Amino acid sequence: MTLREITYRQALNEALAEELERDQNVFLMGEEVAQYNGAYKISQGLLERFGPKRVIDAPIAEAGFAGIGIGAAMVGLRPIVEFMTFSFSLVAFDQVANNAPNIMTMSGGQFHAPIVFRGPNGPAHQLGATHMHATECLYANFPGLKIVVPATPRDAKGLLKSAVRDEAPVLVLEVEMLYAFKGMVEPPMPEFDLLVPIGKASVAREGSDVTILSYGRTVPMALHAAEQIEKEHGIHAEVIDLRSIKPLDLETILNSVTKTHRVVVAEQDRPFCGIGAELTFQIQQHIFDELDAPVARVAQEEVAVPYNEALEHAMLPNEEKIVAAVRATCGV
Amino acid sequence: MDKSQKKRSELKLLYDMLAIRRFEEKAQQQYQMQKIGGFLHLYIGQEAVAVGSVAGCRPEDYLITAYRDHGHALARGMGMNECMAEIFGKATGCSKGLGGSMHYFDKKNNMMGGHAIVGGHIPLAAGLGFASKYRGEDRVTLCYMGDGAINIGSFHEALNMAGLWKLPVIFVCENNQFAMGTAAGRSNPLKEIVDRGAGYAMPSLVMDGMDVRAVRDTIGDVCAKIRKSPEPYWIECRTYRYRGHSMSDPATYRTKEELEKHKKDDPITNFSTTLLKEGVLTEEEYKKMDAEVKALAAESVAFAESSPEPPLEDLHKYTLPPLNPDYQPVATTPEIAKQNPFNC
Repeated sequence: MTLREITYRQALNEALAEELERDQNVFLMGEEVAQYNGAYKISQGLLERFGPKRVIDAPIAEAGFAGIGIGAAMVGLRPIVEFMTFSFSLVAFDQVANNAPNIMTMSGGQFHAPIVFRGPNGPAHQLGATHMHATECLYANFPGLKIVVPATPRDAKGLLKSAVRDEAPVLVLEVEMLYAFKGMVEPPMPEFDLLVPIGKASVAREGSDVTILSYGRTVPMALHAAEQIEKEHGIHAEVIDLRSIKPLDLETILNSVTKTHRVVVAEQDRPFCGIGAELTFQIQQHIFDELDAPVARVAQEEVAVPYNEALEHAMLPNEEKIVAAVRATCGV
Repeated sequence: MDKSQKKRSELKLLYDMLAIRRFEEKAQQQYQMQKIGGFLHLYIGQEAVAVGSVAGCRPEDYLITAYRDHGHALARGMGMNECMAEIFGKATGCSKGLGGSMHYFDKKNNMMGGHAIVGGHIPLAAGLGFASKYRGEDRVTLCYMGDGAINIGSFHEALNMAGLWKLPVIFVCENNQFAMGTAAGRSNPLKEIVDRGAGYAMPSLVMDGMDVRAVRDTIGDVCAKIRKSPEPYWIECRTYRYRGHSMSDPATYRTKEELEKHKKDDPITNFSTTLLKEGVLTEEEYKKMDAEVKALAAESVAFAESSPEPPLEDLHKYTLPPLNPDYQPVATTPEIAKQNPFNC
């Protein structure tokens, strides 16, 4: 089997095409997904190949089409709903947070909603305050949702395909800044059916001195930071890519921290009640005695995202901040 | 339909309305005795809408409504026992005691809930209609909402898409004239709620929600049209609720005189009087029928009280569905790519 180098964008496109091909019950709905080929060209060519019944342009009405997806999923279809950005999912919050995850409990297990909500989420570049919310910490608070954040083309493809085949509502939170990022991926179907399991973190870089817990946008940052800190200070940082926010792969996290005894959380969301708050709690709860230093966190600043480029850079997590946090945690 | 069949079906309309009323009177009493918790929104006064609707559609049609759902559930064929047990929070309830009064579901009867956020279920209804059209079925979705729901965004978004894609959904506004305590005229600028349909290019009509035959016949006609040529309809169904919005509402926003006036147009009294006049029903039969549903309602309380609580170890059971290894995907075909049911 020969691996190919493709972009994160192509990987998502392949995942959609393969799942649309595999199952008639799968359809893609969202704003500009069909004739326009997707605002970010993730659905390029899908209308032409699968037709207007399967690839459907919706009006600008997130609550409406998110709910249509959930209703269709309740009776056995397997919708993939694209949000042009997850910032726009906020106007569909009642559907995503109240209907999709609750229908199984409310109906005593009679109905559930096998639906995928996907689209770019979190930090982008100079989009201002309203268009780059990192929504993972909001949705992570609702039992009944699964949340994945792929950081590589391989995971983008494999996690999206797993999400389509999952019975739960799954949020695939893509990283706009990584859409053009390239990586090695197995060949497409029918040669290879790439499924990356939901709920499993990956060790993106092995190390022994400190664990950097990252996901999404902060994975490549953490990897670069780890290279730099090794070169400059001889510190071997292990980088964990969470891949899945919910369910959380606590085993991989705890194993790493038990080995390194020091942790920096590099998260792409805001710190207050952010993903790092939960990770920190879990670590101290389970392996308090293994920690040789307080858990450090790199996250967004607690402000609305400013448009100005320099202020935006100062506000978002970045490599320099991760390097500084690792140095402080390791005392160098 | 021969004469005896016709008589049976007419008597069933009366029976079903009476069953809903006696069930809810019993539920009200149990609530006042603090046997049940949470919210309890009673349907009393509006029974003809649910009963007539179910009589006018087919069992395979989807029915979905908001939180005032007992009437629709019972009309749809759900038993008083499972419905009463649900508001007692018992494991034998229709949603295993996990849903409560506002979340009655029954997969086998295509009762799609019982939804508690005003307007939140309307996009789901459009999704059910979408699924039927996607599959090429002639199934109709009946979606009920109160007059308060027509002002929220999800209503607009769902009706807009239903109109755009000609989804086979009947949107029925049960205009009981109050959104909680706010009169319809104080919450939307239209003189007539039926006029909302025009904005979505939907055929729209008004239905007398106090006349069970009118509801049955209207829903029957509309269903027949939709099955032939799928498209959504907008129906304003004029009705009245006798009780407050919920049990905690003394309904001080209306006068006693107004309530009494509406009670004189009672759907059950009207229909039983008509059947008596027509010779379809005797006083004796009516008394027997009423005694029967009263006994069933009383039995449902005994059933609920003696039913087990949901087991504590099931607390996490319904949060995430397990993967389904038996699921059989059906590969796509070039023909499907040529289909355009939504005229996109």
